[in-house]
Amino acid sequence: MAETAAAQKNAQITRTAHSQGEEPASARPLVELDHVEKWYGELHVLRDINLKVSKGEVVVVLGPSGSGKSTMCRTINRLERIDSGVILIDGHPLPQEGRELTRLRQKVGMVFQSYNLFAHRTILDNVTLAPRKVLHRPKAEAEKEARELLSRVGVEAQAAKYPAQLSGGQQQRVAIARALAMHPDVLLFDEPTSALDPEMVGEVLNVMTDLAREGMTMICVTHEMGFARQVADRIVFMADGQILETGTPEQFFEHPQTDRAKDFLSKILNH
Amino acid sequence: MDFVGLLTHYDVVGAFWVNIQLTLWSALFSTILGVILVLMRISPVGSLRGFATGFVRFFQNMPLTILMVFLLLGAFVQLRLQFSSDFTTNFYWLAITGLSLYTSTYVCESLRSGINTVPIGQAEAARSLGFGFFQSAFLIILPQALRGAIAPLGNTLIALMKNTTVAAAAAVASETSSLMNTMIEANADQILTIFLIFAIGWVILIIPVGLLTTYLSNHLAVRR
Repeated sequence: MAETAAAQKNAQITRTAHSQGEEPASARPLVELDHVEKWYGELHVLRDINLKVSKGEVVVVLGPSGSGKSTMCRTINRLERIDSGVILIDGHPLPQEGRELTRLRQKVGMVFQSYNLFAHRTILDNVTLAPRKVLHRPKAEAEKEARELLSRVGVEAQAAKYPAQLSGGQQQRVAIARALAMHPDVLLFDEPTSALDPEMVGEVLNVMTDLAREGMTMICVTHEMGFARQVADRIVFMADGQILETGTPEQFFEHPQTDRAKDFLSKILNH
Repeated sequence: MDFVGLLTHYDVVGAFWVNIQLTLWSALFSTILGVILVLMRISPVGSLRGFATGFVRFFQNMPLTILMVFLLLGAFVQLRLQFSSDFTTNFYWLAITGLSLYTSTYVCESLRSGINTVPIGQAEAARSLGFGFFQSAFLIILPQALRGAIAPLGNTLIALMKNTTVAAAAAVASETSSLMNTMIEANADQILTIFLIFAIGWVILIIPVGLLTTYLSNHLAVRR
């Protein structure tokens, strides 16, 4: 209850600030969801979502399946439309369609559960394609940076191969390198380890942990509780399309406020 | 007239060459039109999708002979639409127009079946990296769709090759089925030989296309 009231108060403050003109860039959140609502037909999948993510912050979104956490993540680069509310990226509202949206998506990187590497292109091409075609960078320059990124995530030896020749963990690390090649302001992770064999989860989480340490702004939907506890600055707990709790990992894991969160934690932590 | 006489007196090879030319031009134009149609069918703009769907339904469900006769008698004779004042050239391009309109709908639908083999995640990844509609289509979706559509596209090409004989309905007199009729008119005692010349000629022409299609669809398949 107190959480909701606080969120509403925050939203009000934000609206007031907006009506008074532009905030200084350092003060405004990098990603802001303000009273976001979404329905799938009759199903109310996002209910009054209010969330602010500051630059450099790592937010981990937890919650049971079907709680709307993936949907929320996908609304931030408009892979899903919203029915009402506002999503702001660096203070600018997410555009509807067309060139404006394309430009904004360049700033919001995304890593998917099923990697989604371009199956007909080599690993190197996967990483260089967007910098070359979207940012119009010279091929040699894009390839140089791509190789650096690939070695950062530990798959430089696979550069000439095709995605299907790599393991799931390797593919996901390439997908992270591909997103980083666009120099995004924020990275969205939509259950990046859920499709992986257990022994490959660690290598992907290590890359994500390194990124977080380097100051990347990240919004991660995941079921990896160890990662959430150690790396997150803030946990957002969702159920039934609502944000029920937000807090530090310690607050959330040690002193969950709502019954839903207590129930959720008891199911996943007692094994 | 004997077998050798038939082949030397009539330009059989030339007639096949006319069909091959009709095939190449029609394949070119129907590919361009088919790609435009499939882009419209997958575009986010409802009116474009509607137009392309209507276009495909109309030309795909119309018998080619009817379309050819319309172009000859309707578009040319009645409406005075013509490519050239030279009759032969005019009929030739009218036939290519008809073949291209008709075949483009099959190219469109073959590509669309190919697009259905590309997982939705490929388009989402492209969009999330900042690719626009055309960049997503030409860099990511269509290259993969094409590899998944080689078998139906090959069948469409084979159908197009055989359909070029319908150009006779648009008064293209130099192609194979017209020449076969001419030869039979003058050599009624040789019907079987004449028939076999053309039948075997067509089979020899088309079998390699089928083999190539099968080879390509096996070797270019996208591994996932």
